[in-house]
Amino acid sequence: MAQASTTLGLMFILTKLTVVSTMYLLFIQEDKNMKHRVLRLVAVGVAAVLTTFGVAVGNAVAKDKMVIAVPTFLTGGGAPAFGVPARNGTELIIQAINKGQVPAPYNTKGIAGAQVEAIIYDESGGGAKQVTEYRNKVQKLGVDMFAGFVSSGTCAAITPVAEELKTLTVYATCGTPRVFEELDKNPKYVFRTMSHATADGVALAHYVASKYPSANGYTGINQNYAWGQDSWRDFDLAMKVLAPNIKGSDKGQWPKIFAGRYGAEISALLKSPEDLVHTSFWGGDLEAFIFQGLARGLFKKKTFLMSVAGTAAYRLGKKLPAGIVLGSRGPYGIYANQLTDTPMVKWFNNAYVNRYGTQPTQPSYQYAQAILGAKFAYEKAAAANSGKWPSTDQVIAALEGATFQGVATEVRMARSNGHQGVTDHAWGVASFDKELGLPVVSEVMHFKGDCIMPPDGMDSVTWLKGGMKGAKCD
Amino acid sequence: MSADKTIIGVTIAVVLLACANFFIADWIRQIGLLSMAIGSVALGLLVLWRTGLISFGHALFYGFSAYGVALLNYLGVRDAFVLVIVSAAASGLLAWGLGFLVRRYRAIFFALLTMAFSMILYGVLAKTERFGSTDGLNVHPPTFLGYAPVDQAAQITLFLFGLLVIYGLILGVQIYLRSVLGQMTTAVRENEIRVEYLGYSVEHVIHIKYVISGLLAGFGGAIMALAVGQVDPESMAYWTASGEFVFVAILAGTGNVAAPFIGAVAFEVIRHFAWEHGANLWQLIMGGTLLAIIMFVPDGIWSVLQRLVGKKDGVK
Repeated sequence: MAQASTTLGLMFILTKLTVVSTMYLLFIQEDKNMKHRVLRLVAVGVAAVLTTFGVAVGNAVAKDKMVIAVPTFLTGGGAPAFGVPARNGTELIIQAINKGQVPAPYNTKGIAGAQVEAIIYDESGGGAKQVTEYRNKVQKLGVDMFAGFVSSGTCAAITPVAEELKTLTVYATCGTPRVFEELDKNPKYVFRTMSHATADGVALAHYVASKYPSANGYTGINQNYAWGQDSWRDFDLAMKVLAPNIKGSDKGQWPKIFAGRYGAEISALLKSPEDLVHTSFWGGDLEAFIFQGLARGLFKKKTFLMSVAGTAAYRLGKKLPAGIVLGSRGPYGIYANQLTDTPMVKWFNNAYVNRYGTQPTQPSYQYAQAILGAKFAYEKAAAANSGKWPSTDQVIAALEGATFQGVATEVRMARSNGHQGVTDHAWGVASFDKELGLPVVSEVMHFKGDCIMPPDGMDSVTWLKGGMKGAKCD
Repeated sequence: MSADKTIIGVTIAVVLLACANFFIADWIRQIGLLSMAIGSVALGLLVLWRTGLISFGHALFYGFSAYGVALLNYLGVRDAFVLVIVSAAASGLLAWGLGFLVRRYRAIFFALLTMAFSMILYGVLAKTERFGSTDGLNVHPPTFLGYAPVDQAAQITLFLFGLLVIYGLILGVQIYLRSVLGQMTTAVRENEIRVEYLGYSVEHVIHIKYVISGLLAGFGGAIMALAVGQVDPESMAYWTASGEFVFVAILAGTGNVAAPFIGAVAFEVIRHFAWEHGANLWQLIMGGTLLAIIMFVPDGIWSVLQRLVGKKDGVK
């Protein structure tokens, strides 16, 4: 997007010049002459108009190039575990798409012939700020679409605005089933290209039921906010259906998010009678909890079920406690790196390791998956439009209910009127392989999307409480 | 005399903005709406600040009122006038209740006590699933006395509505500050004992200020909820939100009732461009700006404007 970035650069210089000249007028030039004062006011006025004008120029977006806005956590607690791998995955896939280096079926240059520019921006600051940023990207920069979002909170906030502003928005990672079950029951512009969080809990319950049938019970430690509450609820409800003989504790631990110190919680867990402990901790909280638990032998005494530990596996390396049941919110990250040997995953993994010197984790795969979904939809729509650049409505029609190949797994847009993706899942036990110098997973079980996602039109909680009828597991 | 000047100036500005509203780009209108919301809270801080009190917990009233809008919405109330007035009044009531305790404290004790109360609200909101926990709640587009605009018309109408509310608030505060009770402000800051000897109760004066301040923050929160269409604890009730209001108040200066709104616009514009051009650096840019303001323009933007028109006599 050379043209847009030039105008953006120009705008920025204009803004700077304005500030500098205003400062000069205000502070350096001391003058008591009334005429000069008026002149100064006029100058400031002109400067202000110039700034606005310079900014307005930024609206022009050429048609043969497309701009995708990619929000993810660049600052704050979500950055190391999610934001940075997501950004890296995005940069990698966009560059490869522009050069035509992605393996088949994505080996054409650009998206429907257009070169792609990604505007990667910060997702931190809460829902209200994100809504404002979303509006800016649409109304000021005129982006073609959005692909991304890590946090359920942001997705919940963005969903109605995306529909209001009629802008194609593909959620990459965020987990809450509320998006299509409660907030937007008839979505048009909003899509999600992976299974939602209920699938994590259900797949985990299947895994526990078949691998730990004689466990004496489970308890949990989850952050006291929406993600932690929902993760525990889904796992707990699924266990009641799939392994009713393993009893859940009602004395789970609920530290607040970003608490950082878990002395009291670890003591309570050590004293609790249950063998299994469920946790949906992520990021710095997860790493802090693991370090503090290691020091007290917590992971030798209990079997931990960690739903998003995949984000921390490579960061922890040797310190990753052996024997934890590790989740990656699907067959991404460690599961793809170690077990999937399709040309696509091999290429992605090699390119990522060469470029960033570390293994890709789940957000890298999920963001790349969302962008491939966009490439798939635009190209399918363009083909149906006799090769011409498709309208947003045509792209939506192309993506609705479609099946496309992500990086690590196939994505079927098979729920919520074809807007909610259904993807497979994998769970296994982690350990550190000294020869490879990498964490690895063993005793891996794969789960089909239709086995762990509620059927179309069914609310997650209703489905779980009603005994998960209609699940296809074979 | 100078009260008239302020009111005339504000009236002209409001009329101009109301006209400009129909021509400006959507994203500029959005900045305007956010500035109105944040400016109202900063105006509330100004009322306290003139007495030498700084609140680090105004997100309490701001968030309380924003959630009030969201919850009333949930009960089926859609009219902007009802939503804003009821929610702000609830915030005022909350301020009245807490006032009995906080009015006894000054300086850092006052600041920290207010912050503690706001963090209690954050804790309650983040832990209650019914209130959407940390995900927050959506707010539907409001109606205006039966008129239900959609798309761009909705934002334009909301902007006019916001201007109307802000105009009312500025006039109200200006009249209050000109009254005997309002003028007590500076007296309390300078010498509390003398004020008591004059026959006024200092605690009473501060209590009234606290209620007015909470009410103003409540209006801000309600406008924010309607402008953004989403409430969540992190944006609305966390202590960083309170910090932003103090930032705006410092940026603006306490020279005039219109200053907080000018400060809010400056704040939103800086943040807007910082976010856009410095994806990884925007916090640094914001912090740097605050530092520069404190070092070079300690009396805020208002003092700069005064210098521009040639007034040398600083903040009164």
